[in-house]
Amino acid sequence: MLLEVKGLETTFFTNDGKIPAVDHIDFKVYEGEILGIVGESGCGKSVTSLSIMGLVPNPPGKITSGEILLEGKDLTKLSEKEMRKIRGKDIAMIFQEPMTSLNPLYTIGNQLIEAIRIHNKWDKKKAANHAIEMMKLVGLRRAEELMKEYPHQLSGGMRQRVMIAMALACNPKLVIADEPTTALDVTIQAQIMKLMQDLNKKFNSAVLLITHDLGVVAEICERVIVMYSGQIVEEAPVMEIFKNPSHPYTRGLIQSVPDMREKKETLYSIPGAVPKPGSIKVGCRFAPRCEFARERCFNENPPIYDVSANHKARCFLLEKGEGTVYDKRAVES
Amino acid sequence: MTNVLLKVEQLKKHFPKKKKGFSKTTDVVKAVDGVSFEVYEGETLGIVGESGCGKSTTGRMIMRLLEPTDGKIYFNGIELTSLSKSEMRKARRDLQMVFQDPYASLNPRHTVEQILEEPLIVHGIGNKSVRKEMVKEFLQIVGLNSYHAKRYPHQFSGGQRQRIGIARALMTNPKLIIADEPVSALDVSIQAQVLNLMKRLQEDLKLTYIFIAHDLGVVRHISDRVGVMYLGRLVELAECESLYEEPLHPYTKVLLSSVPIPDPTYQKEQILIQGDVAESLPKNGCLFQQRCPFATEACKTIVPELKEVKPGHSVACHLYDEPQQ
Repeated sequence: MLLEVKGLETTFFTNDGKIPAVDHIDFKVYEGEILGIVGESGCGKSVTSLSIMGLVPNPPGKITSGEILLEGKDLTKLSEKEMRKIRGKDIAMIFQEPMTSLNPLYTIGNQLIEAIRIHNKWDKKKAANHAIEMMKLVGLRRAEELMKEYPHQLSGGMRQRVMIAMALACNPKLVIADEPTTALDVTIQAQIMKLMQDLNKKFNSAVLLITHDLGVVAEICERVIVMYSGQIVEEAPVMEIFKNPSHPYTRGLIQSVPDMREKKETLYSIPGAVPKPGSIKVGCRFAPRCEFARERCFNENPPIYDVSANHKARCFLLEKGEGTVYDKRAVES
Repeated sequence: MTNVLLKVEQLKKHFPKKKKGFSKTTDVVKAVDGVSFEVYEGETLGIVGESGCGKSTTGRMIMRLLEPTDGKIYFNGIELTSLSKSEMRKARRDLQMVFQDPYASLNPRHTVEQILEEPLIVHGIGNKSVRKEMVKEFLQIVGLNSYHAKRYPHQFSGGQRQRIGIARALMTNPKLIIADEPVSALDVSIQAQVLNLMKRLQEDLKLTYIFIAHDLGVVRHISDRVGVMYLGRLVELAECESLYEEPLHPYTKVLLSSVPIPDPTYQKEQILIQGDVAESLPKNGCLFQQRCPFATEACKTIVPELKEVKPGHSVACHLYDEPQQ
């Protein structure tokens, strides 16, 4: 096991009160795997990744409880200085916006060399050679020339490749990719996803992929975590979650995606809107939008139940003896 | 097929590039370069393509929010391109637009009532009390409540704002609605709601849509016919089923195979192409030649025309030329 998140709670202290953007989540990342976290806006998936990196903007945000164990070492207890040694070296991050995550005033080469030299005591020449090598590895042609160019001279797909090269430059154990392909066109998205998959195999770095796109998840992830309103509602291997989604939200989400392969008359849609983080305090967060919700769902917060060995979901319908109700109604719908 | 509601002929939009130094010749960016299509009454024409392909520019030119460089647009028999500004304003009663960003397209200082009343005032429809009634009616049509009328846009979620944007477009009882990426800023669960709403409204109000989007799944779901654009040109135009089941243009094939399918058991044949739209454009011939695995000599010199190769299925590619050539 590479990373273990235990009871993580990240709270934002705002004028409207305390908002738990991430509310006691537990999960594990194993070496070399690709784990996806899916959810809609405001579900806490990005705050989770920022918490792991120790980059939650403070104030207003703060990790209020829980542990983040990287190979047994609790990252929440480290000082900023110690954390810097881990960022980029052990855990690297790829952001959504390749336009804003590169510094427009420095050349590509400059930025890559800086990233490499922070963690390795190499001279500039060696670092530059390594940077060129990394750029070639991520499929950038003309790597030598690109070293002297500025981010605005590159297209979106190329910038994202540079970001990936930078993230992998120090051979991290874990790469967190927060919506790495959302800003890109589909043909470029396909190229980048293929690249990430290949590099995952080659370097054996674990990837924590944060996305809202179930298509991307189905294509490259091995396991999936579904988040809703700051909580994990379901966790399973990717095959399992698409075949047997056990939380009504997961099921609704999968059905809402217009599938390119066939045309349906009306799309299934989940009624209502995503709740504001922290607005639902009692009961299941999904209950107001859930077609299976009963009185109990509004009064008690459901615990996580085991569906099968690697498959967990947070829903009362999975309680022993009650599963039948759900199955029957699910078949009808 | 039914009546042609909108006809676009050889529509072009060239934007001048910044001049360099004292050079007299101005380079142009051909955002839209000779696009022709027809839209039939009551149908949805989807237009897909990647960023920079000119799909939004095309939509804005039909509304004459952008002046076309060349080409003609006929709407219901009237040539829109020859109308004066004030005549065009009147014509927009039948021609409305829904924008992508529900956060930017609603005036934050107006209440929903003011926003929805505006098009009625512009077109001189009804008196004050009639207009107020209409606002309430249309709020209900798009699935909101009449008490929402007094609120401001910031009090609504993204999905609700997009419903307001749709209601505003419907206020003047238009014939054609141009929707430019109407669901791409929304979450998946909300996106499905808005798509279903748009489909329902089309049936109830006999609307015609031009649906501009980059998401191929969404476009398949809502469209009757689909046009694929690449670098300012229409490369393929066909019935929805025909295009998705049997794409002809190599670019359409690549595009379709690139879409991630939300089903891990599905084994697809992925065609990955090299390069990127932004790289240097060829001066002659087909614009896709550098990235196309099937490019021949002809592709380097002759611009392929959009030709019907099967009933209702047109493609602009030399692979489908008559064999005698």
